[in-house]
Amino acid sequence: MLEPISVSMESLNLGTLAPMLVAIAGGLGILIIDLIKKDLDKTLYVMLSILILVVDLGAVFGQRIGDRGFFDVMLIDGIAVLSQIVILAASMLFIPLALTSRRFHEFSYPEFFALFLFMVAGFQFMVASDNLILIFVGLETASLALYTLIALHNRERSFEAAIKYFVMGALAAGFYVMGAMIFYALTGSVELYKIAEVLKAGDFANMTILLVGVSFMIAALGFKLSMVPFHTWTPDVYEGASATLAGYMSVVPKIAGFVVAMRIFGFLIQSDVVWVRDVLYAAVVITMTLANIMALVQHDVKRMLAFSSISHAGFVMAAIMIGTTQANSALFLYWIMFLFTNLGAFAMLWVSRHKDKVWHDRFDHPYEKFSGMIQIKPVGAVIMALFMLSLAGVPPFSLFWGKLYVMSAAVNSDYIVLALIMAINSAISVYYYLKLIVYMFLKDPTQNEGTIYEQNTSKPLQTIIGFSAFMTVFAVVAVEPILEIITTYVQASGF
Amino acid sequence: MDHILSVLVFFPAIAGLLGFVVSKESIRAYGLSVAAIEFLLSLWLWFSFDGSYPGFQFVEVLPLIPSFGINYYLGVDGISLFIVVLSTFITLVGMIALSVEKDLKNMIISLLFLEMTMVGVFVSLDAIVFYVFWELSLVPMLYIIGAWGGNLRIYAAIKFFLYTFAGSLIMLVGMLVMAYLYHEATGVWSFSITEWHRLILPENYQIWLFIAFFIGLAIKVPMFPFHTWLPYAHGQAPTIGSVILAAVLLKMGTYGLVRLPLPMFPDASVYMIFPVAILSLIMIIYTAMVAYAQEDMKQVIAYSSISHMGVIVLGTFAMNPEGITGSVFFMLSHGIVSGALFMLVGVIYDRRHTKLMSEFGGLAHVMPRYGTIMGIMVMASVGLPLTMSFVGEFLSLAGFYQVSHTMTILAGTSIILGAVYMLSLYKKSFFGEVTKEENKNLKDLDGKESMALWTLVLVTVWLGVYPKPVLEPINTSVESLVSFMHKKAITKEAKEVIKPKVIEREAE
Repeated sequence: MLEPISVSMESLNLGTLAPMLVAIAGGLGILIIDLIKKDLDKTLYVMLSILILVVDLGAVFGQRIGDRGFFDVMLIDGIAVLSQIVILAASMLFIPLALTSRRFHEFSYPEFFALFLFMVAGFQFMVASDNLILIFVGLETASLALYTLIALHNRERSFEAAIKYFVMGALAAGFYVMGAMIFYALTGSVELYKIAEVLKAGDFANMTILLVGVSFMIAALGFKLSMVPFHTWTPDVYEGASATLAGYMSVVPKIAGFVVAMRIFGFLIQSDVVWVRDVLYAAVVITMTLANIMALVQHDVKRMLAFSSISHAGFVMAAIMIGTTQANSALFLYWIMFLFTNLGAFAMLWVSRHKDKVWHDRFDHPYEKFSGMIQIKPVGAVIMALFMLSLAGVPPFSLFWGKLYVMSAAVNSDYIVLALIMAINSAISVYYYLKLIVYMFLKDPTQNEGTIYEQNTSKPLQTIIGFSAFMTVFAVVAVEPILEIITTYVQASGF
Repeated sequence: MDHILSVLVFFPAIAGLLGFVVSKESIRAYGLSVAAIEFLLSLWLWFSFDGSYPGFQFVEVLPLIPSFGINYYLGVDGISLFIVVLSTFITLVGMIALSVEKDLKNMIISLLFLEMTMVGVFVSLDAIVFYVFWELSLVPMLYIIGAWGGNLRIYAAIKFFLYTFAGSLIMLVGMLVMAYLYHEATGVWSFSITEWHRLILPENYQIWLFIAFFIGLAIKVPMFPFHTWLPYAHGQAPTIGSVILAAVLLKMGTYGLVRLPLPMFPDASVYMIFPVAILSLIMIIYTAMVAYAQEDMKQVIAYSSISHMGVIVLGTFAMNPEGITGSVFFMLSHGIVSGALFMLVGVIYDRRHTKLMSEFGGLAHVMPRYGTIMGIMVMASVGLPLTMSFVGEFLSLAGFYQVSHTMTILAGTSIILGAVYMLSLYKKSFFGEVTKEENKNLKDLDGKESMALWTLVLVTVWLGVYPKPVLEPINTSVESLVSFMHKKAITKEAKEVIKPKVIEREAE
């Protein structure tokens, strides 16, 4: 006969769950609306989603830093709040991209928006916990929603992408669970802070087994963060997904993954498990370099951007490997800067998306498509060039400041060789970003129809692109305040 | 006017943005007026500049990222003042002679943006702001070469971009290390170049940092063996691109040498004199020989440019006031002379669409005015006394003579070799009979070409005869720079090599 468990509501501290509950309730609300009245316009759902995300953001701001709740599985520290802000802001910026002038049928389903909100809630769970099981639940919720969203694009290639992503994701989930199991076996706990305590108290006795666990974790997170050699799904999935989702995937799941990686590897790196640091170092260098080299030979802009985002992820993983406060702040600064630029770049692709493939029998956005764009759509070409230059790290555009800060963090922790590798990689990456600029500015147009570059354009899309172009150009003004907020939050959580 | 430097930097950029609105037919007049206003502003800067004060004037500081020590920090001294004036002057002259027809509007807007970055590089005193303008200058140039150039233009444009970009990233790492060391020493973040100057580093740090900065700057100069991008860039670029590239963009590298590694790492600079001088000598002699072997007029001038840049680097590494003043002055004169030469080649290219010397001959009969100006400029390029180049070349070599006699004599061959290839170029194309039918009816210079070229001739001769108004402010700043380096140097050899006092003062 079990003792009845009595739990007081105060000890649950449900406030810590509020943001995720808002998103989930919002998603359910959208489903209920659909139940009551069919065939409402997508504009309604987009705006509702944004409003729900706004409330969600409000709930995030309402949280007290340092709180734990819900049987202590929720952990609201600085980086949890910070990354939730980034996730929500990015989601708010990406969801209006659904408001195209052409009809894409996935956006006419309210389920799309409900799934979107569930996915956001999943990511929020991932970052706001240090319990391996809850992180897993968040990860899987978000991923399952994301697979479905990709498949909803309803083309052969999207199904392929969704299946590929699903299979790879399932494999990663398996690795994750194995890793968590080994941690549990070693320490009797699934709470990261307790795992760290027990391991430290035992002076890292069972090193071999621990290393096996860490390897599983690296593999699992490597899949999610598309580190080489676990990156193979990325370009195909990006290609198959709509440009909106591809852009979203390149930013939001990654930041959630980074936070988890920071939590898991953080204490291992701080302690004397040198091996972890070395493996990460190698992974970072390989990811940056190989992805860059593979991006050089792509024929499609979207695939190029996929490889480039792998390389950027490698760049940022370096910050986790370095592990100082400055490095962890640099990670967030980099990713916020990356968010603006990548949002713009993918939105530009999205605007020029055609229903049928005119230029190439396989690719939607081959380089040839942008040939001579400056003569047809000068403003569009200049804006696209801005995003490319920013991604390449040409100052004073946004990503330069992120790169500067990450490289500075590397130099300050005596990783001068790493900083040089980063510099060389930036130089390599310039080549493929320039390739698009060369096509747009230096080649002659293949056709004279101006509308090809703005098939899907609409006021909201133009606003989003204009906003990201503005942020890309004037990022220098935003760096100081952003940096200040980031550093406060990162320091508050002891990273 | 306290903010004249900011105005100088951002006026062309704002004008460039507004230029999108101006109609295609009037864009030329618009570009000319903007360039003229900018040039007048820079003249104003010159006249309100106090030539007897060696330090930075018109200083502006505005915090950008204060927690990371990045400030918008501008200022000019005697060294940078005239290069700023040179940039605005060359842009104006180039704009007058501009003969591009295709996409003229895009060309003018790119030129205006390029002008912003050029002025920005020379007036920024914060390393990051310097770096921003330095990198940004690549973008309009990429477009100018790539969109209006010859057959291999895209290859040339990308090569130009990649070389400089890769080099400057190494320099960026150097800057970050420097900022870190500054932070270690003082506990404050700072990217201010003047603050960095005050930091005394141990010699082995200096050498590594020197190398990092040197790679970035040397690619831009371009030093041997990183020079291979330049002949392509010049060969493919349109006239205006070559003019600005040779006259101003290359000077960023040599200006950077004077501004960054020399005062920051005096000991390492002295330690490196020998290797750098060897590289410069190779540059001077080897590229002069290569220039002689060229068949294309523009390539001759492109290689002669590299050869002359070698003399500038050599003068800079003389580490005494004559040498550095001379090299700064040579930057100006090389800017004017090579700019004029590229413009002259552009003139003939516009008429005949070829630059091969074998296609010409006897041009002096057909185009007497053109022949005259070309003659003067060829002489100036060779370093004839009473032209601007003579002053610069002489002072640079005189400065380096105090460091090494043999090397200076070797470098002096640049004048002889220069005479060989420039005069043979002149002989092949201008003297003799008119051999080709097409050349018999070539038009002589038209109004705008004459105007642009005669202005350049005037400046060349004026500053060749009476260089004092320019030389003196340069010298004031350079002397204080050298005595600063002398004071700052920690090794004995460096103290000996860096000679702050000029000889006449020792006699007093």
